[in-house]
Amino acid sequence: MTNEALQNIITTWIPELEFSEAESQFLNITVKPEQLHELMLQLKNNNETKFDYLFCLSGVDWGTDLGVVYHLESTDYRHTIVVKVKTADRENPTFDSVCDIWKTAEFHEREVFDFFGIKFNNHPNLKRLFLTEDWSGFPLRKDYVDEINMIVK
Amino acid sequence: MLLSITKNIHEWLFSLMPENIASIVEMTIIAVIYLTGFAVAGLFLVLMERRIAAWFQLRRGPNRVGFHGILQTIADALKLVSKELTGTIKADKFLYNLAPYFVIITALLALAVFPFTKDFQAFDINIGILFLIAISSIGVIGILLAGWSSNNKFSLIGAMRSGVQTISYELSVSLSLLTIVLMTGTLQLSEIVEVQKNGWLIVQGHVPAVIAFMIYMIAGTAETNRTPFDLVEAESELGAGFHTEYSGMKFAYFFLAEFINMFIIASIATTVFFGAWLSPFGITESIPLLGIFWFLAKTFVIVFLMMWFRWSFPRLRIDQILTLEWKYLLPINLVNLVVMAIVVWLGLTIQF
Amino acid sequence: MEPIVVNNNFKSEEYFINMGPQHPATHGVLRLLLTIDGEIIKKVEPDLGYIHRSIEKMCERDSYQQIVHLTDRMDYLSSNINNEAVCLAIENALQLEVPERVKVIRTIIGELTRIASHTLWWGVMGMDVGAFTTFFYGFRDREMINDIFEETCGARLTMNYNMPGGLMFDIHPNFIKRTKEFVAHFKTKLPEYDALLTNNIIFQHRTKGVGILTKEDAISFGASGPVGRASGYSCDVRVHHPYSALDKVKFKEAMRTTGDTFARYEVRIEEMWESLSIIEQLIDNIPEGDYKVATNAVIKLPKGEFYQRVETARGELGVYIISTGTKNAHRVKFRSPGFSNLSLLNHISVGSKIGDLVAIMATLDLVIPDIDR
Repeated sequence: MTNEALQNIITTWIPELEFSEAESQFLNITVKPEQLHELMLQLKNNNETKFDYLFCLSGVDWGTDLGVVYHLESTDYRHTIVVKVKTADRENPTFDSVCDIWKTAEFHEREVFDFFGIKFNNHPNLKRLFLTEDWSGFPLRKDYVDEINMIVK
Repeated sequence: MLLSITKNIHEWLFSLMPENIASIVEMTIIAVIYLTGFAVAGLFLVLMERRIAAWFQLRRGPNRVGFHGILQTIADALKLVSKELTGTIKADKFLYNLAPYFVIITALLALAVFPFTKDFQAFDINIGILFLIAISSIGVIGILLAGWSSNNKFSLIGAMRSGVQTISYELSVSLSLLTIVLMTGTLQLSEIVEVQKNGWLIVQGHVPAVIAFMIYMIAGTAETNRTPFDLVEAESELGAGFHTEYSGMKFAYFFLAEFINMFIIASIATTVFFGAWLSPFGITESIPLLGIFWFLAKTFVIVFLMMWFRWSFPRLRIDQILTLEWKYLLPINLVNLVVMAIVVWLGLTIQF
Repeated sequence: MEPIVVNNNFKSEEYFINMGPQHPATHGVLRLLLTIDGEIIKKVEPDLGYIHRSIEKMCERDSYQQIVHLTDRMDYLSSNINNEAVCLAIENALQLEVPERVKVIRTIIGELTRIASHTLWWGVMGMDVGAFTTFFYGFRDREMINDIFEETCGARLTMNYNMPGGLMFDIHPNFIKRTKEFVAHFKTKLPEYDALLTNNIIFQHRTKGVGILTKEDAISFGASGPVGRASGYSCDVRVHHPYSALDKVKFKEAMRTTGDTFARYEVRIEEMWESLSIIEQLIDNIPEGDYKVATNAVIKLPKGEFYQRVETARGELGVYIISTGTKNAHRVKFRSPGFSNLSLLNHISVGSKIGDLVAIMATLDLVIPDIDR
């Protein structure tokens, strides 16, 4: 399915989504945190989109906003889409978990929590994955400072 | 020659001191000779295993210490003797220290009854085979103790597996030997050899004897905890199994016992199935001393067979091991026993 | 109704065991927290991070050329393919067309890397189920590939042969000859693998019906590579999103439908045959030309987001670069195949025995630095 067709279908579900194809090889959707789970569920279950393969889930620190980027592919139709969700809340960023939609998200969300401090509602086992429990701070955030281990050029 | 020397020493000892003390001294001397002899033999079995493994695995194996690496395992043993004995703090100290001796002593005890050649047998007991079976089942207590007292879960799993496995396969070992005893009518090893002067028992008993031998080899391999039945150690699953927490000489005891046990299993097979020290077709019957050569030659062929198993087969899983024993080997064995009884009853054995 | 109280004196109790970080079957520093009832596994919880080097953070600091070298240290058994992934991502971002020669050489080296990785896996697989001899057979054949790599680029494990714009240097004059020798040699040795391990009855009993992963679960857990394909899920990036010279070759995607440990084993063996066929198709037709195109000494990617997927020996590797137009990346994310494959370990190993867990882990073919990036 082409990107325009995808865009047309998805707009009918939730109108206030931002679509963009600039600066990327995929169709990008930016969604508000509260609509994230609803959109994801539709993307997975709708017979025309059927995005059943979440092949990448990355946390991103855009400087002011923290967010998560989901790369989705349909194994039937082989079309790809990127969903982005952002929040300006750096103290307590929280999104809905997509573990119940794609099981692979469980580990990937733990990784994001570990490095960005982004919390996921309804995650079955949200705790640090790579770092120790008593680690302070979230290393992949841009404002993370570690004077001993980090070499700043 | 050798026999006359022992006779001379025997007479000299008895002329020197009262009868009771003399016999104790004599026994001690024999025990010391056996201990040294088989400790060294065990080391060479280790070397043999390593060289054979290397041969299977496209590598050279130990070839630096001594001529073609012949002193390698001696050097290893010296290193193990000199190493520190470590252990866990929370181990049950008494049992932890006791366990290796259980294993090594039972292994060495069994060696006493083998007829290496005519008249060269330390202890010709009239229940020889029963004695062997009884002794070999004590060894498992040592392994259980080692696993339990180490206070390590991996060791404990290894010990549990060992208990389950050894007790199960004990049945098959005993039953397959019993099948042969039907033919000989005696448990005494020297008499079993005597019977075989009319043809080795594996030939005399033809089909049921061959089946018994196969079952014996499978069960014997399981008894010695070697691949494909090495679940007790299962290095990729349990690290080192029951002897994880042992070091130095105590570890060496376990290690040596494994190899001596393999030698024992092969020796029993030689004695019971392949005519012990009897030469094939009686070609060297006139030179009794060559019996040692024939005994060892047959034993090492079987030892080689067991090493061959070890370096070619993957390991079984615990439930598969039990299925193999209780669902296949045991029923086959029982039927085989009946077949053998019929063969003996109808006089269908092959006699030369 | 009152509940019936069964007074069981032999009640079983679950216990907890710590497999790793130092354990022969975890092939590195993976720690598994096992909850076991006797021999039966109730729960597997991986504890990661023992060798986490924060490569993603380092990538935000380093120049694009330097990033390539870091990726060697992720999945060190398919280091060439990792390098290739980053180079492709950077080249796509710069819209740089590399010469045909580079594409073909990259593909050949990539397939050789895949075979090297699979031979090592095969040796270790045998060892994990208790057959030690396989290890040496696998290493014998891997050694020939490593020798080819050593002659080509001077390194045996972490090659660093690719760079943005092409290759570090041209192939060695002996490369074609030695690769052909290897292909001929390996064709006689692969049947030996079957004789030694695949057809062994004990091995088949140990692996068939163990650790079954259904197709739906494979997709949901993001399984990729041989793990996904053994469940009948067509997930080969080389087929669906071909890169380098892979669109010029014909090969069959190795697939099984049972999804058990034996299927994963068979898929990898078949993949070695397919890789040999890819090499054979390309080795005689390496086009003449330059081995690189010049890039700026300081590479600045245009503003935007770039994603490149490749198929490593373990599965799908994704490189996600967010650039703000400077000489450093704003964010680099590596989607590693091992990480997703590890996440399904608990799902498929619950209810099996300790020995099965080791066999399952062997066929997931985990490389821990790949998971702990």
